Amino acid sequence: MKYLDEFRDQALAEPLLKELHKSVTKPFRVMEVCGTHTMSIFRSGLRTLLPESIELISGPGCPVCVTSASHIDAILAMAERENTRIALFGDLFRVPGSNGLSLANASSQGAKVDIVYSPMDCLTLAKKYPDDLIIFLGVGFETTTPGIAATILAAKNSKIDNFTVFSTHKVMPPPLIALLDDPELQIDGLLCPGHVSTIIGAAAYEPLAEKYGLACVVGGFEPADILQALILLARQIGKGEARVENAYTRAVKWEGNSRAQQMARNIFEPVDMEWRGLGVIPESGLAIREEYSHFDVEKRLNIELIPAVEPKGCRCGEILKGKEIPSQCPLFGKRCTPGNPIGPCMVSSEGTCAAFYKYAK
Amino acid sequence: MCLAVPMRVIEIQGDPDDFLSGQIAVVDVDGISKETRLDIVDRWPELGDYLIIHAGFAIHTLDPKEAETNIRLMREMGENVEAIERMEKRT
Repeated sequence: MKYLDEFRDQALAEPLLKELHKSVTKPFRVMEVCGTHTMSIFRSGLRTLLPESIELISGPGCPVCVTSASHIDAILAMAERENTRIALFGDLFRVPGSNGLSLANASSQGAKVDIVYSPMDCLTLAKKYPDDLIIFLGVGFETTTPGIAATILAAKNSKIDNFTVFSTHKVMPPPLIALLDDPELQIDGLLCPGHVSTIIGAAAYEPLAEKYGLACVVGGFEPADILQALILLARQIGKGEARVENAYTRAVKWEGNSRAQQMARNIFEPVDMEWRGLGVIPESGLAIREEYSHFDVEKRLNIELIPAVEPKGCRCGEILKGKEIPSQCPLFGKRCTPGNPIGPCMVSSEGTCAAFYKYAK
Repeated sequence: MCLAVPMRVIEIQGDPDDFLSGQIAVVDVDGISKETRLDIVDRWPELGDYLIIHAGFAIHTLDPKEAETNIRLMREMGENVEAIERMEKRT
């Protein structure tokens, strides 16, 4: 396939791996922010081939993993309502709430739950089930939000009344700033997310590079992409530089996708948001604007978030901050497995615990 | 969450300036065709262009020149190390 096979070619990656080994002049720590990067690094076997002096830690870039326990509880409570259909992207289906039960359990007991590919599929559901209120679980970062905004706009234009969104949408720079302000977390560079950057642009990381003296490189998802990004990081860190470079130019522009940014801004506004492991971070979330409040299930059903406790023993919070690795969690691989997950980092296909369990255990 | 497979546009419906026109591209990947929305794509595609798609929405139209530069830089980085190795072997 064009634009895929040539970037996946082993003949492209091998010399890059050699070059990376040559480029590393001192040990350094890099946070890979995006869950898709985490999975790609494991799946391709890169993790075992990299120079030992590079330490990779996973960041808060798995959207299901960072959804707070109180949001999960609110979702489970909504699923129990009469005349309600929950629509979601698949990963959330098995995340347990604070009582240990998930949407999968609710579904087996009669709750109406639909896994969709696109938020637009909800409009088809809304027409098919006119007596049900469709609640789409809006979970995701800047890449996902513009499409959900476009869906809300399409629902308004088509006068669809029974479609709503539960918005737990989040934006990426604020949690990175929160992590970088933490003196316990020492990192030298950021492997910036691929498709979040397609929307927000490589320029969005300039304040991080400047304020925190951090080398920032945007990278794609193929092994050659990741190697190229790590070479650029190694060179910057070796020279003591801190700037933003883009190693994924085929998908990411310096200024991003202004059309998508505008679509998201028209429908959503910044709001303080609770993150699993990181707590409430100011203006790190997106809520539906007043003008579109008819599509906001929190307003329409007066949903209130009730503070919830994390599952006992679960270390997802520390793992999401890059402070611990899964094997340091007392539940990992014992009580918490992909077949019977306790924390969200084990549930999501791109969660750090799921990746460690599958490839490194 | 992120699917990094660019898909080729084989049909375009709707008007780039009219949101209500149902802005859709039919894309092909390995013989399977699929509809994707163009509401938020950065550049309105032409037939034969490749799109990056996220949750049913095209988020980027690939620029062939940028893709070419992207792979050229990767090759140059790798060739650099191979050239150095050849020189080291000679000396």
